[in-house]
Amino acid sequence: MIETSDQIFVLLLHWLVSFLPAPWQPVASAVLCAAAIVCLFPALFALAVWLERKGLGRMQNRLGPNRVGPFGLLQPIADGIKSLTKEDIVPLSADAAVHFLAPVVLVVTVFMGFAVLPMGRNMVLVDLDAGLLFYFAMGASTELAVFMAGWSSRNKYSLLGAMRAVAQMISYEVVLLLSSVVVVMITGSLSLTRIVEAQNHYTWGLPHWYIFTPWGLAGFVMYAIAATAETNRSPFDLPEGESELVAGYHTEYSGFKFALFFLGEYVAMFSISGLGTTLFLGGWSAPFSFLTWVPSWIWFFSKLMLSIFVFIWLRGTLPRLRQDQLMNFAWKFVLPMCLLNLLVTGLWRFLGDGWLRWVVCSAILLLAYVGIALGEQRKKHIGPRSYRYAE
Amino acid sequence: MNLVFYLLAALTVAGGLAAMLLKNTVHCALALTVAFAGLALLYLDLDAQFAGFAQLLIYVGAVAILVVFAILLTKGSETPKDGVFSRTWLAGLAVAAAVFAVLAWSILQSVSRLTQAAKAPAVTVQQIGVALISRYVLPLEIVAVLLTVALIGAVIVAMHEKEGGAQ
Amino acid sequence: MLGEGILKGLAETARNFFGSYFSAERLTTVEYPEQRIAPFEAARVFPFLVYDGTDWQAGLRCVSCQICEKECPPKCIYIEKSKDKKPDALGKPQFYPARFDIDISVCMSCQICVEVCPFEAIKMNTEFELSTNDRFGGLLLDREQLAKSNQYYHEIHATEAAEVDARLAAEKARVAAKATSIAAARAGEGA
Repeated sequence: MIETSDQIFVLLLHWLVSFLPAPWQPVASAVLCAAAIVCLFPALFALAVWLERKGLGRMQNRLGPNRVGPFGLLQPIADGIKSLTKEDIVPLSADAAVHFLAPVVLVVTVFMGFAVLPMGRNMVLVDLDAGLLFYFAMGASTELAVFMAGWSSRNKYSLLGAMRAVAQMISYEVVLLLSSVVVVMITGSLSLTRIVEAQNHYTWGLPHWYIFTPWGLAGFVMYAIAATAETNRSPFDLPEGESELVAGYHTEYSGFKFALFFLGEYVAMFSISGLGTTLFLGGWSAPFSFLTWVPSWIWFFSKLMLSIFVFIWLRGTLPRLRQDQLMNFAWKFVLPMCLLNLLVTGLWRFLGDGWLRWVVCSAILLLAYVGIALGEQRKKHIGPRSYRYAE
Repeated sequence: MNLVFYLLAALTVAGGLAAMLLKNTVHCALALTVAFAGLALLYLDLDAQFAGFAQLLIYVGAVAILVVFAILLTKGSETPKDGVFSRTWLAGLAVAAAVFAVLAWSILQSVSRLTQAAKAPAVTVQQIGVALISRYVLPLEIVAVLLTVALIGAVIVAMHEKEGGAQ
Repeated sequence: MLGEGILKGLAETARNFFGSYFSAERLTTVEYPEQRIAPFEAARVFPFLVYDGTDWQAGLRCVSCQICEKECPPKCIYIEKSKDKKPDALGKPQFYPARFDIDISVCMSCQICVEVCPFEAIKMNTEFELSTNDRFGGLLLDREQLAKSNQYYHEIHATEAAEVDARLAAEKARVAAKATSIAAARAGEGA
């Protein structure tokens, strides 16, 4: 019974595919899985939009939308209908082909990332040997779509927004990759299913998730920062801040194309949270050994929604960072900590099992953090601002 | 030599041709990106997962962006006033034909040496990693030094000249 | 300590989020129009004409002196004086406005008309739900729409209305006292 509920989607897939002749079965299976992903995540997107508006509202001492359905649950549907029926305005001097392709490329590359995420036991679309690398390759292609959107609009504000977005995404891409490398170092494989299986062990009822190790916690924090910056979420949403650049690189988009950008941003958030849960939070494994009877896909999606809630929480709390502050933060603080984390992970691996490696690794990371923190706060002589690289 | 290979080859060659022939420089850069992606898919067709995804990550994710930035930050994004073909096109054609002849000769020589269509060896990422650290560690370190030098050079070139020397 | 501010901020927003389900202090939304906040006593929106008693035409305090029309900065008041006179609260025959229009699309709620009226006839109303789909005629309030009873004035501005009533009663008493003293003096002379 437990086994069935855990594998229910796999069994459903096998049953549906068994109606077809044998040579067509792999293709049909892949197509059905892909269709399931393409249907599920936009539905989750609608839920996330509702959650964001209500959540942000409550954090700001107000109600969110509550008129459209019970508790405003039909608000995303109303938004969807609105964006579908709005006129699609393309500027006359815009580059029509690139302007059309930009949201398409964005949504396609974002959805491709889901192909390697293990959403439950045996529930991966493609179990690639270099799964993590595939995911990052798709993430890198997203930046191209952002640039295409900004440039094709022939609008200097869009172009500025796109340049800022691409610069931010490239800087934090480095951080994202480096903070994920520590997981690969310890697991010894780029395959996401292997990474989840390596975390699926329990000691005294507590799981072996990587977040519960010193290097894992540091890696997770840096991954979270990089993920927030990669998806252009607050506090890193300068490229699309409404009060800064109208709407940044998607200023000139209206109607359904804007809805596609919006969808792409939220689905990218899901995708990167999914990868974060897989790498650091144990993917589909249960938090305690006595809870393993709950189906694995429930754990995965709960952790995913928890990450989304944390994203919303950060958005409701923190003010926006300026472009130079955000780049400064990436290159001068997070990246050195990432490199130090690599060193600490190596030490963890070679110090052998026991309490010594916990103490040594935690001490190094804490000292570095405190040292940098104190160092940053010491040289706060506020003089006239000068830029060495941007005159 | 199956259908997939021909399709991907056509995509790559089309991307390369478009990158040469289109008038708008940014369109050329995007067509070049299509060519890179086609190449990555060709690697994937040969089951070289690491090479394929690394090609996508590096070329499409970084080199294409770099090319596009370079075009935008210089005057390349405006359409050229006096045509896209240079005046010395005959010499260029001769050089290109010579290079093509050399490449084609070497490829045809190697194809005729193969007795049967050999299956590409399945190389895992771990094997690549082990090879990089053990057998090819010198090229790895040289490339690392080269990248560091390039990074520092870029920073120095972009740095605003200060009177008291670089800090 | 680096990161302390972020954590404090996150704690505050979490407190806001969870507190908004329990305490009214953390959820200050008033869901208009189902819920309303009680209006303040000193609120003011657009003017209205006060009348004493139950008949608005007989009890209208306005004597059509047209001071408010002249003093109004955007000139939103239009008054036409009547040809005949009617007795006012003190018994004296006075003119009355045959026509008293205020264009509330022009009125800027400055209250100058209230300040200059010598007869306590025009006061500020607190009603704001005046939207109509007739942009010109619907926003031109005439005499009948502007006339509201003194009782209504007490309801919306209790202390102010009490003060005004006290002043008017004192005035009436003074006039009555003067009339009785004159009558007594005349009677004393006659006898």
